Amino acid sequence: MSPFIRAHILVCSGAGCVSSGCHGVYDSLMRALEEEGILGEVKVIKTGCIGSCDLGPTVLIYPDGTFYQKVTPEDAKEIVEEHIVKGRPVARLFPRQAEGEPAENISSLNFFKKQVKVVLRNCGVIDPENIYEYVARDGYEALARVLTDMTPKDVIDTIKQSGLRGRGGAGFPTGLKWEFAQRVHADEKYVVCNADEGDPGAFMDRSVLEGDPHSIVEAMTIAGYAIGANQGYIYVRAEYPLAVSRLTHAIEEAHEFGVLGENLFGSGFSFDLDIRVGAGAFVCGEETALLASMEGKRGMPRPRPPFPANEGLFRKPTLINNVETYANIAPIILKGPDWFRSIGTEKSPGTKVFALAGKINNTGLVEVPMGTTLREIVYEIGGGIPGGKAFKAAQTGGPSGGCIPESLLDISMEYDTLTKAGAMMGSGGLIIMDEDTCMVDIAKFFLQFTQDESCGKCVPCREGTKVMLDILTRITEGKGQAGDIQTLEALGKTIKNTALCGLGQTAPNPVLSSIRYFRNEYEAHIDEKRCPGGVCKDLVGYEIDAEKCRGCSLCAKACPTQAIHPVAGEAALAEASGGEGGHKPKRRTYEIDNSKCQKCGECMSVCRFDAVSRR
Amino acid sequence: MMTDEKKKVNLTIDGIQVEAYEGDMVLDAARRAGIDIPTLCYHPAIGPIGSCRVCVVEIENGRGLPASCVTPVREGMVVRTNTEAVREARRTVVELILASHPQDCLQCERNGRCELQALAMRLGIRETRFHREKEHKECDTSSPALVRDADKCILCGRCVNMCADVQNVAALGFAYRGTDALVTPMFERGLAESKCVSCGQCAKICPVGAIHEKEEWQKVADLISDPNLHVVVQVAPAVRAAIGEEFGIPAGTPVTGKLATALKMLGFDAVFDTQFTADLTIMEEGTELIERLKTKGPLPLITSCSPGWIKYAETFHPEFIPNLSSCKSPQQMMGAIIKTYYAKKAGIDPDKIVSVSVMPCTAKKSECARPEMNASGRRDVDIVLTTRELACMIRQAGIRFQDLSDGEFDAPLGISTGAGTIFGTTGGVMEAALRTVYEIVTKKPLG
Ligand SMILES: Cc1cc2nc3c(=O)[nH]c(=O)nc-3n(C[C@H](O)[C@H](O)[C@H](O)COP(=O)(O)O)c2cc1C
Ligand code: SF4
Ligand code: SF4
Ligand code: SF4
Ligand code: SF4
Ligand code: FES
Repeated sequence: MSPFIRAHILVCSGAGCVSSGCHGVYDSLMRALEEEGILGEVKVIKTGCIGSCDLGPTVLIYPDGTFYQKVTPEDAKEIVEEHIVKGRPVARLFPRQAEGEPAENISSLNFFKKQVKVVLRNCGVIDPENIYEYVARDGYEALARVLTDMTPKDVIDTIKQSGLRGRGGAGFPTGLKWEFAQRVHADEKYVVCNADEGDPGAFMDRSVLEGDPHSIVEAMTIAGYAIGANQGYIYVRAEYPLAVSRLTHAIEEAHEFGVLGENLFGSGFSFDLDIRVGAGAFVCGEETALLASMEGKRGMPRPRPPFPANEGLFRKPTLINNVETYANIAPIILKGPDWFRSIGTEKSPGTKVFALAGKINNTGLVEVPMGTTLREIVYEIGGGIPGGKAFKAAQTGGPSGGCIPESLLDISMEYDTLTKAGAMMGSGGLIIMDEDTCMVDIAKFFLQFTQDESCGKCVPCREGTKVMLDILTRITEGKGQAGDIQTLEALGKTIKNTALCGLGQTAPNPVLSSIRYFRNEYEAHIDEKRCPGGVCKDLVGYEIDAEKCRGCSLCAKACPTQAIHPVAGEAALAEASGGEGGHKPKRRTYEIDNSKCQKCGECMSVCRFDAVSRR
Repeated sequence: MMTDEKKKVNLTIDGIQVEAYEGDMVLDAARRAGIDIPTLCYHPAIGPIGSCRVCVVEIENGRGLPASCVTPVREGMVVRTNTEAVREARRTVVELILASHPQDCLQCERNGRCELQALAMRLGIRETRFHREKEHKECDTSSPALVRDADKCILCGRCVNMCADVQNVAALGFAYRGTDALVTPMFERGLAESKCVSCGQCAKICPVGAIHEKEEWQKVADLISDPNLHVVVQVAPAVRAAIGEEFGIPAGTPVTGKLATALKMLGFDAVFDTQFTADLTIMEEGTELIERLKTKGPLPLITSCSPGWIKYAETFHPEFIPNLSSCKSPQQMMGAIIKTYYAKKAGIDPDKIVSVSVMPCTAKKSECARPEMNASGRRDVDIVLTTRELACMIRQAGIRFQDLSDGEFDAPLGISTGAGTIFGTTGGVMEAALRTVYEIVTKKPLG
């Protein structure tokens, strides 16, 4: 008989919390429990990522659902002594909401309230290294049902009816892709999981692999049965060692458990899985480049057709899906396509995980039904913009995506609306920008990324993005010329139309969408040599208003480069008022030498008389 | 994957009904219909690459402007190859290539034969709107046969495919990303340090002047002018069939007599026919074959005439080295004879002899540079020219090759049997060797 367990303590062990020190917290919890002599009554579990990485290390206590943030090993001891032993929650460790009230319970946290967890159903809930915990949450039941009750066609029909679309970026209907792969006759086929996750802001795939690796093992096995493949490969980027080790462990466990390997569930169907570690270039996430890389060649895209479903790995039919796509499979099989369709929108059923980052109060992973508005994500889940600043735009889809301006805050977040708005779902990166952001600078930043990551094979992407980047650089340096915007638009269009692969075809998006919504900012840079966001150093300058200056010298003392010097009162005033100054106070004022100014803005922040302004 | 018979596909290109087969690319179908879509990276000798995007077309209800060389035909497809959008895209793409291309056509090895030049001319490009600085790379002159000028490389990928897929060598590959992308031997080493076998196929397929044979004809012209030197030339069998083409004579026409005349006009002190040593090779290889048949030595016997193949076997299939004939190639036999037998007979100090050979293949430049090729105690063959280089020399000298009267090669090294004439054809060497074997074994001449 197992002892009575009075509490579960879940210690988030996602990569974010690992780096902020969750292992120390875990050790301290165990020590404290031992000291209190209740180690047998409390179960401490290292879980996968719960999503709120900026609050880490986080600790969640069940059955009450108390959520503690930024826990140190000392705090952990206090949690055991106060909360577990005496039943008194440690209020100072509750996360604070935007409105300032602490929220003790996970269900009252706005960050979690609106979320619907399908993909992340087990992340932060189970011990990813324990197959029993996965099984306890219906794990491998879908596989059992598929292998004992369903034909491959039944499986494919179910996925087709669910309307699931690929979460790797393009949103291609998953059931259809499975059908293509199933239809091809071949002696050998493969199932591949794309876990390259190259978008620098996204980490939902990593979270699933680290927090719920069995969900991928199970889904890939189901896919193998559906298309007639007996071998699968998971292509993980080398930067994810924890994901690799958890997957490796899960594959071993699944073998021991008999849910991976020969003659599964006595059905005669056999399936095995291996891991391939990728070199981690962005373009290796593109499916044909990924396959080339798996074959030991340079990760370079090739023209499609032939599509991998017809001719993929080692020229055999190959099904490639994204991690998040696979994570949806088991629930669809178990709960049915109608249940899946009841979440999200008609054209984009289900949920989507976004990686919320940038100028927003709550950052981390959020899973919401497709069709949730950007406003809900930013203001309800994300808790709004810090420092009371105004929302300016959101970049969706990472470097391949585009920006969504304030006027479109009520946009429904799903594939087609985002594409229509000139942005992209991509892998679900969502970067929030506030009023202090320069849209030209942001566009340049993303284009620099894609230009660096271009594989260099085709002319429009390799050369065209570079020419665009050079123009953007000029504009941000105050050397923009008339006609630059038109050239950017024309080049952007040509690159989108003619590039070989998705990288080039989407690379101009950040530029084109920011021109579309923030053309005035481009014009300000080019025509007025002014950066409205105050970001582009060459276009920013500071001025001291001689009328307002009281000569206190605070700014001169604050300036790190001694660019501020005093000037005689009369002369300064005479100049300021165009030489016809009537009254001539004898006090000194200060002036900025722009050739020495480093544009740090220190003077503006120290002046108590509002005399310094930015132009 | 599908093995059924090729299905017929009907499509419309620029309003013309075109019939094609499943698996054909739009480009092939268009060209058959008389519509010449411009291309740059595409080459029929290798698989389509799809890198330059010059061949883009518009396809009704399709996304963007796909590249016709890699877009398979579909039933009912409606293609337009000459719309404003297509022209603008093509022009932009070519201008983008030119943006970082050294604009020094006048000094370029490929001037006048360059596919990029021809394309820019064809698209009527008169200015380039874009400009980008490219990091300069030193020319790679490490190989005795070829020169790589990365500055001229447009990264089309032809040479990479040729070397890897056709020649099975894979000495060249892509490296780095973005504008740093390069086509180079591994680790940016010189070609000489790579697996390159000097076959020259990359130079042949390169559309621009980024890889070309190492040019040595001007050096030969200068050496001829030096009165202290005795400059001798030998000409391989294949050259007499190929050189006419350079002067407007139909390809394949043998122009042996004109060739002998031209070489003498160029001022070579003696003009020999490699055919003579080709005969010697035949005798030797034939004898070797009989010997191996008798002693059950390593068989099959593989001729050693082609230095590209020898290097290939040495690098990739050392298990075949025992099968290679131990004979020297005709070029090297002739080289050895010139600096020994001929030098003695003519009373010339072999150190004053410059031995030049004209060969159909760049690998011969590497062969003569191999350290073991010094039977005469010094390098046997000093300089190898390709057929094209000889044509350059002839042109520069103002010789109207097509109008020349027939001359003779110099004796005695200028007499041959004819077995050597079939050297230049595929399987020719072995056929010649077999004829010889037949004659030796049966003691009967072959008809
Ligand atoms: C430049 C580029 C990068 C990509 N990176 C990824 C990636 O990191 N992960 C991913 O799943 N798909 C990526 N994709 C999309 C894949 O090519 C492919 O469409 C996807 O893996 C298919 O899976 P899905 O249908 O489940 O979305 C990328 C595509 C491009 C063009
Ligand atoms: S679009 Fe860019 S990444 Fe894709 S093949 Fe072309 S150069 Fe490579
Ligand atoms: S490669 Fe062609 S275009 Fe370039 S310099 Fe030489 S001749 Fe001119
Ligand atoms: S000469 Fe031949 S082997 Fe050498 S790089 Fe060129 S194609 Fe390859
Ligand atoms: S060297 Fe020539 S063939 Fe090779 S990629 Fe460069 S331009 Fe193309
Ligand atoms: S010729 Fe078609 S892409 Fe280069």
